[in-house]
Amino acid sequence: MSAEVESQIIEIICEQLDVEASDVDTSKSFMDDLGADSLAIVELVLALEEKFDVKIPDDEVDGLQTVGHAVSYITQRLG
Amino acid sequence: MTRRRIAVTGTGVISPLGLTMNETWSGLMEGRSGIGPITRFDTTDFGTTIAGEVRDFDPTVYFSKKYVRQMDLFIQYAVACSFQALESAGLSDEASRPDPERCGVFVGAGLGGIITIEKTHDSLRAKGPRRGVSPYFVPAIIVNLAAGQISLFHGLKGPNFSHTSACSTGAHSVGEAARTIERGDADLMIAGGTEATISPLGVGGFNAARALSTRNDDPAGASRPFSKDRDGFVMGEGCGVMVLEGWDTAKARGANIIAELVGYAANADAHHITAPSPNGEGAQRCMKLALKDAGIEPSQVGYINAHGTSTLADTIETRAIKGVFGAHAESGLAVSSTKSMHGHLLGAAGGIEAAICCEALRLGRLPPTINLHDPDPECDLDYVANTARDADVEYALSNSFGFGGTNASLVFRRA
Repeated sequence: MSAEVESQIIEIICEQLDVEASDVDTSKSFMDDLGADSLAIVELVLALEEKFDVKIPDDEVDGLQTVGHAVSYITQRLG
Repeated sequence: MTRRRIAVTGTGVISPLGLTMNETWSGLMEGRSGIGPITRFDTTDFGTTIAGEVRDFDPTVYFSKKYVRQMDLFIQYAVACSFQALESAGLSDEASRPDPERCGVFVGAGLGGIITIEKTHDSLRAKGPRRGVSPYFVPAIIVNLAAGQISLFHGLKGPNFSHTSACSTGAHSVGEAARTIERGDADLMIAGGTEATISPLGVGGFNAARALSTRNDDPAGASRPFSKDRDGFVMGEGCGVMVLEGWDTAKARGANIIAELVGYAANADAHHITAPSPNGEGAQRCMKLALKDAGIEPSQVGYINAHGTSTLADTIETRAIKGVFGAHAESGLAVSSTKSMHGHLLGAAGGIEAAICCEALRLGRLPPTINLHDPDPECDLDYVANTARDADVEYALSNSFGFGGTNASLVFRRA
């Protein structure tokens, strides 16, 4: 399931941040590598919430700094 | 101390007649109407179902789609026009520009991001406040983000804000930008207006005020300033900006100067929220002040780009012009309303019409007032009816009047 979640998350990241899938892997930081600002991260979180039907509390958003963080967080919540 | 002269060195235009100044100018010279049925939303039950929509605008020609989501359409138009204006001024290359701290932006709008406000309100209702409202909502809709986004894209670090004065926004922005350069607070300003209000609330609001034409079965004939059977204005959208520079600094860099901005005035009617003062008393004072600011006599003006919205106010503006120009208004003064072709761009109107005046001076061609076959008996000036024509004009004046009784007049001189 993790691989499927990862590819779905990467798809959302590409759409939201206007980046190419080839530039996205779990090591990438949203802000440092993928050009996101704080508003873009809020929008990304909303898109993830909608896609996976989960609610991500604001105090947990701060921990989602890389693609890998997002993948493991969502995977855990779905599990 | 002599006043610093102001050069117009570039223009950027997006209008219902085309996606550039050149396309728009071609439409004006052909006497073409940019008005058609509204395609943006379902107009069932609306009194007015026509407008001047900008067609085939692709913002990704200018910036990536990531930014498109962050801006209401009125800001997208403004940023796109800023690229055009800098290119036309020969300043696309950042290295060719003056010190960025000496470059500012005054681009305003009449209403701001009404399309995004409506859509976001719908999604707020449907999805609730947490998921229904984008974090970009506020920066996408507020008026001054037109100027703000332009500064971000080009790194312009001088004065940056938006004037808002309804349908005179664009003209006030240009005039105030000139003042800023005259004062020595900047050497270069991108200035003008932008607007995108073809939405249910935008059309519904002006419909409710009985301000819009309902000639829905004849879109191309609907905007008919000075005609006996005119029945209201036709909403347009788009943007018009210009690059203004100090004459000295523009000359020093070898700029191609399109025209000189020699006069500007701003005042108020203090009469009524939407109706002009009787006989256009406020407009008369405004034009007189602008001519005085330019240091010229009324008889030196060869062309007026009228506010001319295709409403009852066309008669008032005609009276005001007669009041200021006297016998010269009867003979030798050409007046036209290009709104007959591009519609009324509201906050953008003064920007695009200022750019049109400059092009008219540069090329020695006057754009017509189309749909003018049976003039209102009280509208008896030379309105350049229906067909563009050559004219050797040294000075052109552009009028813009707005709700709230606010007025602006700009005077340009051939370079």
